[in-house]
Amino acid sequence: MGAATNEPAGADAAAVVGSAADAPLLERARAALGTVVDPELDEPITDLGFVRSMDVADGELVVHLRLPTSFCAPNFAYLMASDAKDALLALGVAATVRLDDHHDSEIINRGLAADAGYRGTFGDEADEDLDDLRLTFRRKAHTAAMERALTRYLRAHPDLPEEGLHAVTLGDLPADDATRALLRHRRTLGLSTAADRPALIGPDGESCSPEDVPWRLRVARSLRVSMDGNAHFCRGLLRTRYPDSAADQSPRAFQEKVS
Amino acid sequence: MYTKDGEKYFILDAHVALWDARPENQRNIHGKQFIDCFYDYHRNLSPESEVWPYEEYLYQGGERLMRDLFTDGYVDHAIFQPALLSAFYNNGFGQTEEAFALAQRHPDKLTYNHCWDPRFEQAGLDQLKRDAERFGLKGVKLYTAEWQGDSRGYKLDDPWSYRYLEACQELGIRNIHIHKGPTIRPLDRDAFDVADIDKVATDFTDLNIIVEHCGLPRLEDFCWIATQEPNVHAGLAVAMPFIHSRPRYFAQIIGELLYWLDEDRIQFSSDYAIWTPKWLVEQFVDFQIPEDMVEYAPLTTAQKKKILGLNAAKMYDIDVPAECRLPSGEDSTGNKTEAVAVA
Repeated sequence: MGAATNEPAGADAAAVVGSAADAPLLERARAALGTVVDPELDEPITDLGFVRSMDVADGELVVHLRLPTSFCAPNFAYLMASDAKDALLALGVAATVRLDDHHDSEIINRGLAADAGYRGTFGDEADEDLDDLRLTFRRKAHTAAMERALTRYLRAHPDLPEEGLHAVTLGDLPADDATRALLRHRRTLGLSTAADRPALIGPDGESCSPEDVPWRLRVARSLRVSMDGNAHFCRGLLRTRYPDSAADQSPRAFQEKVS
Repeated sequence: MYTKDGEKYFILDAHVALWDARPENQRNIHGKQFIDCFYDYHRNLSPESEVWPYEEYLYQGGERLMRDLFTDGYVDHAIFQPALLSAFYNNGFGQTEEAFALAQRHPDKLTYNHCWDPRFEQAGLDQLKRDAERFGLKGVKLYTAEWQGDSRGYKLDDPWSYRYLEACQELGIRNIHIHKGPTIRPLDRDAFDVADIDKVATDFTDLNIIVEHCGLPRLEDFCWIATQEPNVHAGLAVAMPFIHSRPRYFAQIIGELLYWLDEDRIQFSSDYAIWTPKWLVEQFVDFQIPEDMVEYAPLTTAQKKKILGLNAAKMYDIDVPAECRLPSGEDSTGNKTEAVAVA
């Protein structure tokens, strides 16, 4: 991935304009945008193909974002766009971020340009802030990551009954991408990542009894199924809406095949 | 009716529309954005042979609807679930008069559900009473993210929503179809969240609450409330077409629904005209959970018959020919829980 670095010449990738001298800045911009995550899908906006173009004009970064539909939820759209702007400004350069083709493009772009914040952007439609929304989806992302790691563990240990998962610790998990993702999510939520801590925990970090394991795993699975399915649907819709976005999308590092 | 391998399936398409999204009916840019979004759904998930040209997609008309559903699509009965979208379309998106006239001409094939919006307060409540009488309403379709003046959505547990639901109880409107959408005030929280449905299901146990597209994109939240509220049902609008392009994902959705709900609370729909029923019915009857998905039990023929028509027929009190019914033994198995539609 990375239209600024490794797309073949002439590919229908996100347009990267600018002189060769801008390349390092665009590379850094691409890396910065790679830290911005779609909260609902728990994937970087760069991997999803949501970055439509990056440009440098008079020393200012200009980034356009695109989403799978005009009617994607405006609160999440705003979160991604404002996170993208924050990530670019952290590079120490001027930056403009614009959301294209959305029913709230005008409102969101005006708010971003004025650095109006969430309440300043949405006015009466905003009560306080989007912190609770973020937390809700960080918890969901952690639960899905936990299910991915533990389902993989169960498949690798066919003799282990589900209930046995209550005694499996983070240290028992293999050092693979699924475990790394789980640890990252636990750190984000301020949950312990010590090797002797149980891998399967409840929403507030509590461990669970053997008899609770099957139920907790089912709850986590319905969430993971939903999240993975949404990610595939959103990717597909983006490609239908913007055929040139296919070249920009890279698959989730670790995901069950769905088709 | 659809027949395969000697089995006869009664097909009830529980969510269809007759819309007009042609440019002359578009009130503003959002009218175009809305139908373009639907068209992308259609193009993205339909088999290539079933994709309509954009021009045809803008408006299908009654004659084509009858052909797509009943001549070509195996459907025995279909239920209109209109979205008004007055903020986007001059004469509304769902065509009330045209659809109702069609339902009057074919009462054996079509049921007309209407919609209400609690933000019209008393005037809307009075209108609902007139609509119930005129249309003979058995059900309503609610789109919680409908734009109305400065408001871009409402919750089902708002005080005025409760008054409308109480009116539905009084008027004998038992079937409340709910479609969650993305814009709602305040924007601070997740608009797809189904917590308000949970509350309504608890407080109105004599109403059937059918959550369209089974809560997607929040399947997990939907399953969680549906497992606790026996009057909550899953509508398969939008979920069905994954059967073609993402069969493993479809298997997981059906597997989860059968685990958390049961086979009596899942309803087929094509969501016509977003998709057409013919290929969906054919593929669903042939469908099976992949063998390597050991966490889900295989689908039975009885389950398929219930999902494709028997469940919704019971809810809407629609007569099913004897040859399509389940043998009494299987039926009693299906009815053993309390989770049956309030007929």
